[in-house]
Formats: sequence, C-alpha cells, structure tokens
Amino acid sequence: MSKHKFRASTLPVLATVGPVSLWLAFFVAIPLLYVLVMSFCSIDENYNVVFQFTLANYRNLLDVNYLQIYVQSILIAFFATAFCLVLGYPFAFLISRTFQSRKTILYMMVIIPFWTNSLIRIYGWRTFLGASGWLNRALTALHLIDSPVEFLFNRGATVLGMAYVLFPFMVLPLYTAIEKLDQSQLEVSADLGARGGATFFNVVLPQTVSGVFSGCIMVFIPSLGYFYVADILGGGNSDVIGNLIERQFQSGNNWPLGAALSIILIAVTLLLVKLYQKCGGDMQSLGV
Amino acid sequence: MRRKKSERLRRRAGAVYCGLIYAFLFLPIVVIVVNSFNATESKPYLSWKGFTFDWYGRLLQNAALLDSFRNTLLLAAVSTILSTIIGTIAAVGMFKYRFRGKSVIDALLYIPVVIPEIVLGIALLTLFATVNIPRGMLSLVLAHVTFCIPFVIFNVRARLDGYDQSIEEASMDLGVGRLKTFFHITLPVLAPGIGGGALLAFTLSIDDVIVSYFTNGQTKTFPLKVMESIKSGVAPDVNALSTLILVFTVLLVVLTQSGLIRRLRRKR
Repeated sequence: MSKHKFRASTLPVLATVGPVSLWLAFFVAIPLLYVLVMSFCSIDENYNVVFQFTLANYRNLLDVNYLQIYVQSILIAFFATAFCLVLGYPFAFLISRTFQSRKTILYMMVIIPFWTNSLIRIYGWRTFLGASGWLNRALTALHLIDSPVEFLFNRGATVLGMAYVLFPFMVLPLYTAIEKLDQSQLEVSADLGARGGATFFNVVLPQTVSGVFSGCIMVFIPSLGYFYVADILGGGNSDVIGNLIERQFQSGNNWPLGAALSIILIAVTLLLVKLYQKCGGDMQSLGV
Repeated sequence: MRRKKSERLRRRAGAVYCGLIYAFLFLPIVVIVVNSFNATESKPYLSWKGFTFDWYGRLLQNAALLDSFRNTLLLAAVSTILSTIIGTIAAVGMFKYRFRGKSVIDALLYIPVVIPEIVLGIALLTLFATVNIPRGMLSLVLAHVTFCIPFVIFNVRARLDGYDQSIEEASMDLGVGRLKTFFHITLPVLAPGIGGGALLAFTLSIDDVIVSYFTNGQTKTFPLKVMESIKSGVAPDVNALSTLILVFTVLLVVLTQSGLIRRLRRKR
C-alpha cells in the first residue's frame, strides 16, 4: 500500500467525484427534500402551492378511501412478489444449472422481452385476456366455458401485470445467487442420504437467501408505484399508491397532497431497505 | 437403472417448466408481432383477418409516431453518453481516493435505484417547475441521466474490484502524466464495465415510462406516445414499430454474441 492513496490531493478528487456529487445534490437530494417540504405546504383556491405550514395533507392521508387503497396496494405488491418468487426460484435454479453454452442464451431470453416497451407488453396481455381475447376464444373452442369470462379489470389482473413486468428483477438476483452454489455440496448432501427437501432447506436455501431478499425488494417496492399497470389491466378497480400520486400531479392538481403520498412511499422504501440490511442483505446486489 | 429413469423424467419436467415460463414471458410479444401483420383495424384485434404488410407502410407515413421514436433515440443516446462519462470518472475517483462525504454519495446513489420511479418523477417535476427549467428535451435528459448514473457506477465499480493500481503507479513513475495514464492504462481495463453500464443506461432510458411521464412537457417519447394511444387502443402501426425494434435488438444481440462480427472482421 503506497501512502499517497490516503493523501488525497483535492484537485483529482474534485475532478472525478465533483460532477457526480453536484448531480446527485441537485437532482436527487434537493428534489426529495423539496417534496418533504411541499408535503407540509398549503394550496390556495387556484391550486397553487403556498408556503404555509399545515398538517392537513397528512391528515388527508388518513381518509378511509385512501386507507383502503394502501391496503390493496400492499396486497397487490405482496401477491406479485410471491408469484415471482414461487415461479422464479425453480426457474432461476434450472437455468443456472444447465451447460455453460446454453446458459447464456437462456439468460438472454429473460432479458429480451425488456426491449419491447413495457406499456405495449402490458397492452398485449390486455388483448390476450380481454372478453373476446385469445384466451376466451380458446376456452370457448374447447368447450370449457360457455360465455366469455372477464379476466380483466380486477386485482388479479393487476397482480399478474406487476408480476409480469417485474419478473426479471426477481430472476436475475436469484440466478446470480444460485450460480455461486457449489454443485459438490448438493452431491454430498444427497450421498449422505438427505432427501431433496432436506437438501433444499439446509443447503440450498441458506446460501441463496440473499438473492431471495434482493429479488423480493426489487419486485415489491416498484409494484407500489406502477400506476399504468393498474390502469391498463385493473381498469380503475385495483389502484395502487402510484395511482393516487399520479392523480394529484395530473388531474387532481393538489401537489402538496401528492407530495405527502410520496412521503409514504419513501418511508416504506426506507423501512424495507433497513429491514433488508438487518437481514444481512448487501446493498450492492440491489443494483444490477 | 430406475434411478436413471427418474433422473431423465425429472430433467424433462424441468425443461417443460422452463418452456412454460418463457411462454409466459413472450406471450404478449407474440400478440404484438401477430397483430402487426393482422389485416384488421377493429380494436383490440380479436380475430385474424389475413396477413398484411399495410401497417409497416402506414408507419412510414405516421410522422408523429416516427418523431416520438426519434426523440426516444436521441434522448437515450445523449443520456447514455452523459451518464457514462460522469459515472465512469466518479467510479474511478470513489475507488482511488478517500474523502469526506463519500458515504453520503454512496447512499445517494442507491436512492434512484430503490425508490419507486414515480417518486423520482414527481420530485424532479416539482424542482423543474420551481426553478423554471423548461419541460422538454432538456428536462428529460436531466431526469434520465439521474437514474442512469448509479447503474453505470455500479457496473464500473464491479470491474474495479480486482483492479491493481500498481500499473498506474508504474506508468506515472515512468513519467507519464495523470491524464495520459488514465486514458491509456485505466480506461482500457475498465472498458467492459463501462460498456455494460452504457448498455444498461440505454435500455433503461429507452424503456422509461414513469419518470418521462412527469418531466416531458410537450415533448413526446415513444413510450409516452403509446401511453397516449392506449385509451383508444394501441394503433396497429405501433405494433409494427415495436416489432421492428424487437427484431433489430435481437439481431444485434445474436450478432455480437455469436462472434459473427469478429469473424467477419478477421476475414477482411
């Protein structure tokens, strides 16, 4: 270790870290603090923001209709996360345990759907599930149903949509964690007479639990905010917290109330990230 | 013997399972591609009315849609370049130097990654509205660079993990300047990380709906154009454009992954 690593001269530090610091200060720290300030502001009769301290926005958050939507939003996020985890774990396990040559292709095929805009893909689901969509037609043709079933415009459809857009965010951290597993450990466990289930709970799961945690965080938190999924598939019957915020910044035009709603999302995020770190989660595995 | 048989059975079940998951992932894309050739305009394209290329022809005449797509490409290119430059030098600086406030920067970097996009969107909207930054391409670039920077930094940082600084010291001991050392020694080592970060930034920017939705003003990007049209049902030429984008990106990956480009170059 040479000494001059620690004697950081100011110029190179400023030149390298200066731009990013300014950027983060101006476009992350200040805007978020400003949202916090705004959540305590009032509005005048023209819906302009007035810098006058009030707790009214937070009191309005306790509105019964809003409380219902928080619960609904958390349930939707929970089921979407569970859906991704239950389907994604075995999937990530299988694709990370194939031959090297095939692995890259299988991995890329999880990412390729990303390059078609998520809005259009969600709309594709709507076409597929619609009252006269392909699924209903197929089921009718097979005489499984007599009249079309409405699959859309309910919470289930929104859960499916959220799980669909966020599925790769569950699979990729799981894949990374499972890939690090040592194959010989599984063999040893089996040779010692452990059944599949025992091997899974005692050997596999403990070593991949970090992937489970980061996958769950990366699915749960965004599902609270993806308002367009709830719009397109839920049709207004399954709003999430994101819809409430969006409305205040578009048609409702009550920015301070929207800011207070955003503070809830920030608080939930911080809480979950803290919990994640408490469970031994590594921040770096949230990134990529 | 029996064990072998059950092993084969298990393997086949695994393959079927993976196939079902891929079907789930690609199903809406199949819907889009099929409908881009479907000769019906009644939405949302319930039945197959014959094969047509009409929508691809009509796409070329839809100036507003093509415009929005050009905006998306321009926005993604500019945001990728800016975030890659800022992110790369930041990652190098954070790796090499110790300074006050480093942990603050580290913490701030994770905010755009974990926070719901809508919060970043409205936070930037309120800032832009207050300090009077005109909403349009400029505000979109500022917003996109903000959520791209962390991903570039994480990618470059992963590459720096096993980086041996002594080669830089050797270079400087030989009398090469700091900047020249950076361009000739540091940068080539980091290239894969920088490339990966840039690719990720480009992908994020192109697909972004929510942050753009709050910061765009009158400028329409392709996803926003789609959002606008969704109320009346996505128009068939949007399906055509999506199909073209998909084919193009898949080709690009196949070419780069298969090493075809490298082989062609060697031939020449």
